[in-house]
Amino acid sequence: MLTIDNLHVSIDGKAILNGINLDVRAGEVHAIMGPNGSGKSTLSAAVAGNESYEVVKGDILFKGENIIELAPEERAHKGIFLSFQYPIEIPGISVTNFIKTSINSNLKARGEDEMPANKMLKKIREKASLLEIDSKFLSRSLNEGFSGGEKKRNEIFQMAMLEPSLAILDETDSGLDIDALKVVANGVNKLKNKDNAVIVITHYQRLLDYIVPDYVHVLNKGKIVKSGGKELAHELEEKGYDWIK
Amino acid sequence: MAYTEEELKKELETQEYEYGFVTEIDADTFSKGLSENVVRAISKRKEEPNWMTEWRLTAYRHWKKMKEPNWANVKYAKPDFQEISYYSAPKSKDKYESLDEVDPELLKTFEKLGISVSEQKKLAGVAVDIVVDSVSVATTFRETLSKKGIIFCSISEAIREYPDLVKKYIGSVIPRKDNFYSALNSAVFSDGSFCYIPKGVRCPMELSTYFRINQAGTGQFERTLVIADKGSYVSYLEGCTAPSRDENQLHAAVVELIALDDAEIKYSTVQNWYPGNKNGKGGVYNFVTKRGICHENSKISWTQVETGSAVTWKYPSCILKGDNSIGEFYSIAVTNNYQQADTGTKMIHLGKNTKSTIISKGISAGKSHNSYRGLVQVNPKAENARNFSQCDSLLMGNKCGAHTFPYIEVKNNTAMVEHEASTSKIGEDQIFYCNQRGIDTEKAIALIVNGFSKEVLNKLPMEFAVEAQKLLEISLEGSVG
Repeated sequence: MLTIDNLHVSIDGKAILNGINLDVRAGEVHAIMGPNGSGKSTLSAAVAGNESYEVVKGDILFKGENIIELAPEERAHKGIFLSFQYPIEIPGISVTNFIKTSINSNLKARGEDEMPANKMLKKIREKASLLEIDSKFLSRSLNEGFSGGEKKRNEIFQMAMLEPSLAILDETDSGLDIDALKVVANGVNKLKNKDNAVIVITHYQRLLDYIVPDYVHVLNKGKIVKSGGKELAHELEEKGYDWIK
Repeated sequence: MAYTEEELKKELETQEYEYGFVTEIDADTFSKGLSENVVRAISKRKEEPNWMTEWRLTAYRHWKKMKEPNWANVKYAKPDFQEISYYSAPKSKDKYESLDEVDPELLKTFEKLGISVSEQKKLAGVAVDIVVDSVSVATTFRETLSKKGIIFCSISEAIREYPDLVKKYIGSVIPRKDNFYSALNSAVFSDGSFCYIPKGVRCPMELSTYFRINQAGTGQFERTLVIADKGSYVSYLEGCTAPSRDENQLHAAVVELIALDDAEIKYSTVQNWYPGNKNGKGGVYNFVTKRGICHENSKISWTQVETGSAVTWKYPSCILKGDNSIGEFYSIAVTNNYQQADTGTKMIHLGKNTKSTIISKGISAGKSHNSYRGLVQVNPKAENARNFSQCDSLLMGNKCGAHTFPYIEVKNNTAMVEHEASTSKIGEDQIFYCNQRGIDTEKAIALIVNGFSKEVLNKLPMEFAVEAQKLLEISLEGSVG
């Protein structure tokens, strides 16, 4: 599904990623761990196509197509979803209105008809209940005045609505208490199937107790320094990041 | 018979063809320049009674002694008032023979607004289709209103048919010598609308100048007078919601509202005159004077969406004369490219327990300048006056400007006046967030702008609001790139 080949990325001329290689197949869950500043969020931003991040070298292939030149919205249309570490506020636009615009933009880009209102409503109800989201929440302005937990839940709600092929969860566990974490993880697990893939970016092993990865990669100084199975996460938890530095 | 605006629009379109093409090419345009003789000639053309001619002449004499104001935060070449023709029959601006001759960009805009081809022709001023003065629609519409005693007609007609009402109220809120442009308008106004709602009557439909098609070409010096008698209610919509490419450089309209005891007037405007091209060439100068007077327990609400004109100078105001009266001003002003807008309101609190609310949303893009200018004045006898003002500015890019000039004069210590202001910028992070959800940048901006303007958009009648949203989108097109 996703192949990252020798990816070098810099911000304002400063090299952040120095040759990332990663292969994610449909049906897999990958975890990317690493200390602060190791380049985890840069990797997610580069895959999503944030133009503030300059790809100096390397390729990103998605479903066999090189997407390096594609605009962020074009990548989204192809099925890439990023759950933001710090979701952005848009005052005056309700969660419902935003997700409606998002879904219809994606459908339109794929040459399909807009989703009829009743179908949209049904889907919103279904996904909201999966993530234990109150209907009042859906009428609030997007992320405005949301608690950290609400913001993250809203990200996963959008993911549930959009049903992407590849979801990148950037530090989704930060700001979540244990109950919220379970709800979010449960949501992600229910959405998981053999045709989609998830990349979980996290600093701590905690989330990986609930979203169990097939592979764990450790990122340090912009390179993947170690890869392994889920047990690697436990090892890191015990020994700390100094172990791999 | 209750008509929805939509039904009427449809009917208008069909009637248009039923009645064929009556091309009234009017060669009757006055030669350039302004003098007492021109004022007299305008008055005569309109078959006005003597008192009206004299009224205009007094205005003209005042105007001659006045100077064009230059305190507004706008820069433009001052019009040469002797280079303007002051009377041009409404339909003489048609100059296109077919749609092929019309600016394709304008047609694109029409398409985006979902305007039918026949409507497009009309708005662009294509000669063959200019006939929209469908007598039967006007009649049906009028019958509905006249059953309730509501008068809704052109100001010229009102001067002839209802002289007592006009005499009593015209110039009562905005005196002829109020300012340079009001004086000019009073001397030379070409036409406009008149509306009277009798005591205790709730006007059953939104009154819209849209219906008064024969008015369409008379924008240059428009004069509007709305009188809501005791306990009545009216919602009045001004402006057509398609971007008329008007060749007139200068627009100086005057709108007067009178809300008698316990009456309510809701006045909504969507202004989208030609803003000039991307390099700031051309475009309309829009110098408007709008003011309403509130008697006891009455209420006036101004709602405006200003997206057009090269230069806008406009301050819809309320004189809260009666005790417990309420004034409201909700505004969205968008400027792009080289547009300049200096707009706001004046809330003059005279009566006891008077309340006013001001919500102003300014959106600037390109190299434009957008200023809010507002006065809240609480006079000595206005016990317990309340005002709340909120002025928000949204900037796009680094080359535009947003300015706020709030003036507050309080002469009564029981007053409570609040002012809030904010300035924000559309962030790249907001746009990226939308992009990541599959929403392209144009649409993302539209979304953010609509969210920003929501409090005001919500005040517009439903159908107007939808079109206003589309207009916001169109006027900001290409503002980020």
